Amino acid sequence: MQIIISNSSKEPIYEQITNQIKSLILAGELQEGTAVPSMRKLAKDLRISVITTKRAYEELEKEGFIYSIVGKGSFVAEQNLELMREKKLKVIEEQLIAVITNSREIGLSLDELQQLLKILYEE
Amino acid sequence: MENVVELKSVTKNFKGFSVENIDLQVKKGFVTGFIGANGAGKSTTIKMIMNLLRPDSGEVKLFGLDYTAHEKEIKERIGFVYDSNVFFEGMNLKDIKRIVAPAYKHWDDTLFYQYTDQFKLPLYKKIKTFSKGMQMKASLAIALSHHAELIIMDEPTAGLDPIFRRELLDLLQELMIDGNRTIFFSTHITTDLDRIADYIAFIQNGELVFNQSLNDVAENYALVKGGMELLDRDTEKSFVHIHRAPTGFEALTGNIKAVKNTFGDSVVIEKASLEDIMYYFKGGIHHV
Repeated sequence: MQIIISNSSKEPIYEQITNQIKSLILAGELQEGTAVPSMRKLAKDLRISVITTKRAYEELEKEGFIYSIVGKGSFVAEQNLELMREKKLKVIEEQLIAVITNSREIGLSLDELQQLLKILYEE
Repeated sequence: MENVVELKSVTKNFKGFSVENIDLQVKKGFVTGFIGANGAGKSTTIKMIMNLLRPDSGEVKLFGLDYTAHEKEIKERIGFVYDSNVFFEGMNLKDIKRIVAPAYKHWDDTLFYQYTDQFKLPLYKKIKTFSKGMQMKASLAIALSHHAELIIMDEPTAGLDPIFRRELLDLLQELMIDGNRTIFFSTHITTDLDRIADYIAFIQNGELVFNQSLNDVAENYALVKGGMELLDRDTEKSFVHIHRAPTGFEALTGNIKAVKNTFGDSVVIEKASLEDIMYYFKGGIHHV
């Protein structure tokens, strides 16, 4: 499991971990039932405190991405397809908002943007 | 969560200095960093945890046990790593082992040689020829060789070069993997804590200011910067201390939410380092 952490990022470290693990799960790189490293092992590997990985795992558990079995560790949870679609849609929405913001900044019109999207989509 | 160390309203008075009403819990399986300026009461507190000093009032419990009835049992389970050499300088490690080992029920010779090997410590050289880093390692090797559950270190990284400090932090993280060990250490070098500490206990003028998880510290404390016109008697209440300059103010808050409510986007809010927190709590003035 590859995770890369930036110490100078504004995003808290636990969030960087949760986001990256989520991406790995959504991209299918971490399959259902796969064991994720224990939070203590991960803390050591990333050279960060245990409380930070603990927080990250708690968030992932809350959102249903992983589950833990006492004494056994944490595993990737079964992903509800409907839920996954919704999650992806949300990500797409966020990305589009960024696109729109950027477009407005340089005065790109909706028509022009649509054209651009069309060309890229059909490529 | 289980507490390995528990201090309840612990008070100790000296002439002209006292540690007052300390309530401190150290959680099992985690690293607690103990910070505070020189003379804030760190060593006094550690000495009371180690039963080298008796509090005038209050209660000190380790592993849920009291020192009066269980001193030996408690000491068996603690490894104490001191910043300076506590061994007889003229002896070598092998001799020291011979003296120390029988004092512990759970002494593990194999483990001792494993650590001396890992730390590259010579067994037959006199301790006084060791560098500061090696003395630290020797002290740690002995603490680890009796399967200490609680490792207490007083300024372990002071005076060590950055490379060795990192090595030490790596090693401490390795020790934490099984979840049964607890580390409590005092330090001035707060960047060490950013990396490995789970909880931060902050003491100032003999009083415990807070004992919070590193996440909570990051969520509560921040540096706030803005124009002087924003400050008045009311808005100033959100801050621990304010540093004023002709270019604007910079202040520490312990309540980020309140600051966001009061000032909105008119101020810049930045992550406060532990050093920032210590500095502002001191009132921004350094007493040497």
